[in-house]
Amino acid sequence: MTATLFAEQTLNGLQFGVMLFLMAAGLTLIFGIMDVINLAHGSLYMAGAFVGGTVTARTGSFLLGVVAGAAAGALIALLLELTVIRRLYRRDHLDQVLATYALILTFNEGVKVIWGPAPIFLAAPEMLSGTVEILPGVPYPAYRLAVICAGVAAALFLGWLIGRTRTGMLIRAGTTHRETVQALGVDVGVLFALVFAIGGALAGLAGVMAGPVLAVQVGMGEQILILAFVVIVVGGLGSVKGAMAGALLVGLADTWARAFLPVLLRGLLPPSSADQVAANLGSVAVYLLMAVVLAVRPQGLFPRHA
Amino acid sequence: MRERLAAAIGLCLLVAAPFVLEAMDEAFLLSVLTRMLAYALAAAALDLVLGYGGMVSFGHGAFLGTGAYVAGVLLHHRSDGSALVAWPVRIGGTAEALIAWPAAALVSGLLAAAIGAISLRTRGVHFIMITLAFAQMVFFLVLALPQYGGTDGLMVPGRNVLAGASLEGDAPLYWVALALLVAFLAFGRSTMAARFGLALRGARMNERRALALGVPVYRLRLAAFTLSGAVAGLAGAVLANQSSFVSPDLLSWQRSGELMVMVILGGQGTLFGPVLGAIALLAAEEELAAITEHWMLILGPALLLVVLFFRGGLWPLIAGKRGDG
Amino acid sequence: MTIARRRLLGTAAALPVAGLAAPAIAQSGPLKIGMITTLSGPGAALGNDIRDGFNLVVKNAGGRLGGVPVEVVVADDALRPENGRAIAERMVRRERIGVLTGIVFSNVMLAAAPVILPSATYVSANAGPSQLAGEQCNANYFNVAWQNDNLHEAVGQYVTQKGLQKAFLVAPNYPAGRDALTGFKRFFKGEVVSETYTRLDQLDYAAELAAIRSAAPDAVYIFLPGGLGINFIKQYAAAGLRARTPLFGPGFSFDQDVLPAVGDDALGCFNSSQWALDLPLPANRQFVDTFEAEYRRLPSLYASQGYDAALLIGSAIAATRGRVGDRAAFAAALKRADFQSVRGSFKFGNNNHPIQTIYMREVVKDGQGRVVNRTIATAFEAHQDAYAAQCKLPA
Repeated sequence: MTATLFAEQTLNGLQFGVMLFLMAAGLTLIFGIMDVINLAHGSLYMAGAFVGGTVTARTGSFLLGVVAGAAAGALIALLLELTVIRRLYRRDHLDQVLATYALILTFNEGVKVIWGPAPIFLAAPEMLSGTVEILPGVPYPAYRLAVICAGVAAALFLGWLIGRTRTGMLIRAGTTHRETVQALGVDVGVLFALVFAIGGALAGLAGVMAGPVLAVQVGMGEQILILAFVVIVVGGLGSVKGAMAGALLVGLADTWARAFLPVLLRGLLPPSSADQVAANLGSVAVYLLMAVVLAVRPQGLFPRHA
Repeated sequence: MRERLAAAIGLCLLVAAPFVLEAMDEAFLLSVLTRMLAYALAAAALDLVLGYGGMVSFGHGAFLGTGAYVAGVLLHHRSDGSALVAWPVRIGGTAEALIAWPAAALVSGLLAAAIGAISLRTRGVHFIMITLAFAQMVFFLVLALPQYGGTDGLMVPGRNVLAGASLEGDAPLYWVALALLVAFLAFGRSTMAARFGLALRGARMNERRALALGVPVYRLRLAAFTLSGAVAGLAGAVLANQSSFVSPDLLSWQRSGELMVMVILGGQGTLFGPVLGAIALLAAEEELAAITEHWMLILGPALLLVVLFFRGGLWPLIAGKRGDG
Repeated sequence: MTIARRRLLGTAAALPVAGLAAPAIAQSGPLKIGMITTLSGPGAALGNDIRDGFNLVVKNAGGRLGGVPVEVVVADDALRPENGRAIAERMVRRERIGVLTGIVFSNVMLAAAPVILPSATYVSANAGPSQLAGEQCNANYFNVAWQNDNLHEAVGQYVTQKGLQKAFLVAPNYPAGRDALTGFKRFFKGEVVSETYTRLDQLDYAAELAAIRSAAPDAVYIFLPGGLGINFIKQYAAAGLRARTPLFGPGFSFDQDVLPAVGDDALGCFNSSQWALDLPLPANRQFVDTFEAEYRRLPSLYASQGYDAALLIGSAIAATRGRVGDRAAFAAALKRADFQSVRGSFKFGNNNHPIQTIYMREVVKDGQGRVVNRTIATAFEAHQDAYAAQCKLPA
């Protein structure tokens, strides 16, 4: 185990974590403010990837694709908020789960009707398709570095939005003192729709950003959705800071387990069973992490103060 | 009163079904009905925690699948004569349902107890996500088991025997499945009307008050969750027999979601409702898939409308009484 | 051509009528062929291609197979073994269909086989689990595609032929993944530097790619079906490894169902298949041309298998004049494999699995700028699977 390999794998873990953060941030924000659990968040991610891929293919510009993907996520989220989610605010979580589960079925089939059953193409822009030598002898994909930058930028933007703006103040107040905010004459409906659209934009952005490294196909949303759940459970529901911490922790745990467990176990067990045990442990590393965190802190690392 | 009448009519229909289908030369449908009854049992078990206990478990597929695997694995070892456990004592497989099915319930129940012990420390959305994540973990562990087929699933050679009597053919398994379902419904209804059920419901409506009254809420919920997991495992064992095949697909989150849909569609907190919901959902899936390849495009919005505008579910429409959920 | 959809419980309401009317219809109508395939979920593209390939033969022949009017009854198993089994049960027991085909995935195949084979004949257009090739082989089960291990074995053979010494293997952590790598190692004579098993829902392969870079092998072999393969190939290219170490895989990860989605990142990768777009055979040219004209896309190996399954079934229907109920005669006619396969020479071994040529292909850009495969070598000629010896059926 060399120091450079360790550094590289750590960077890989951070990059994966950042991608998870883009998904988890919207999910946790929506939950924190509206107390809504939205399973269809994965569908927004998928929609972003498909729309982004189509726009990139038509225009030849990845940047336009990113904008279109995020816009599609926001637009569909807004539409969902107005037609469905709005009716679920006063319902219990069970109804929310089922309604948004029904939405998943609908969206997956809808995408199949529009784009067909086969995965579609979405490539990184030419200037990001190469590698950058981050350490001597360690070329790193430029696109992955770009994903890290975009994720950090999104996190900073969210931090600024929530911490420094009037909207953010209302959002923060809305989570804890909904009645007070209403009494101040703020239209909570508009506020909620806005938050939902922001969450949708982040999911769409995550989808289109994931496109060049992951398959753009039906069902892609649910895969990452479940990991995003683990992230926000670990980080603490409703907290953007928690989502960041959870995402990085999950990303690192997952990558490190896969990278270093086989090496560690080969020192302890015969090679054939070491690979097997390592693979099995690697499969459940994230869930074990979640179990441990919950056993110690049931409300997650950064619980929301309700 | 009307509810009892409705339940009695339902039971009569299910009892008459084998004879009617036989007379009409449609005995094939009995196998389909058996599958519906197995899912109905699992859905009713979920209703115990979801409807009465207010615990929204998104991971019941794990218990259903685990039960199916236990029955399947025991049959598998029985047929090739290999040992399930070779050390310290040799335990082989078995075809005897009186051993295999309680074992399925036991293993699923223990799993439910372990998952419940951690998950029940949390509430609400946390609980939903955690049960989902743990079920995913079980799903991936099963996928990794090479000796039991992984993603290929496990072909189950033959069926269990019940106290030495064969369960081959459509009718015997149907009767057993029906008997198990009726027994659980009777047991469940009486338990939910007894102190245990009252305390469970009381804790759902007002946890603080229940705690103040000295109700051991955590232990109560854990007991209900464990019982529910065990019964779901039993349903899995029936399902393994019905299809002679166990697939990891049973443990997937989609299956967990489907079980929840069955409960809500039928009416939560009634135990009878989920049975109706299971039959209705599985029939709707079959029917819609017959109409178009894009049947999900009908099922999805239909479910959405049910959740949004038709909250009570089907059973209250028939029984004229809302559930306790 | 009529493509009927299934009816099940709806008829329960009208059972007395249906019960009386059904047998009469069954005798006078077209011959029904059951197609159970995956049309929803992530595996839908495969089933879609198999169905389209099969239907193309029926359509080209004016709704007939082997001169007999047929009706292809299609049903979606949604990649759920349980569904596949239920559909098989209905088709065989209720609709009394005698010939079935179309199942994409081995798990569905294994679940459905016990229901189908006692009373109907099955022609597999894709799934080739080892169980059904070996001890549990069946006189009424035919596989017109391949045994699951075949394409992996071919790459192992080719990598050895090329004199590449050190191979790095990657597959998902499940039995089919392990079987695939076992198939590869059966014919690979060099050193396996690592067998890495990844998670079945793994999105990110950065950790494995870093390990590959530090191991510096001569060849990387992957068996990562569907989206997993797309993820890996894209990330492999982005990590700059494509220029350093050649990437090998079975045709499943490099055919027309995924290549359009991977694009240039797949260029220069090597893969094995029993069929290729550019095989210079009249039967293949006709297949590719009519497929493209009908569906406005290039066919994949799955489509070629669906097409061949229809040709094979047609040949046996012609030989038995549509009497598929005489199972022994129908099976004997199938076994003769008296049809012009799009892949060239084809015959069945004792276990009713193919003895066939397996080609190596390289991913290139064609004249129109499309990413396609070009045949570069032959890995095996007249290759038979490793399980045939365990099958007790006569040759």
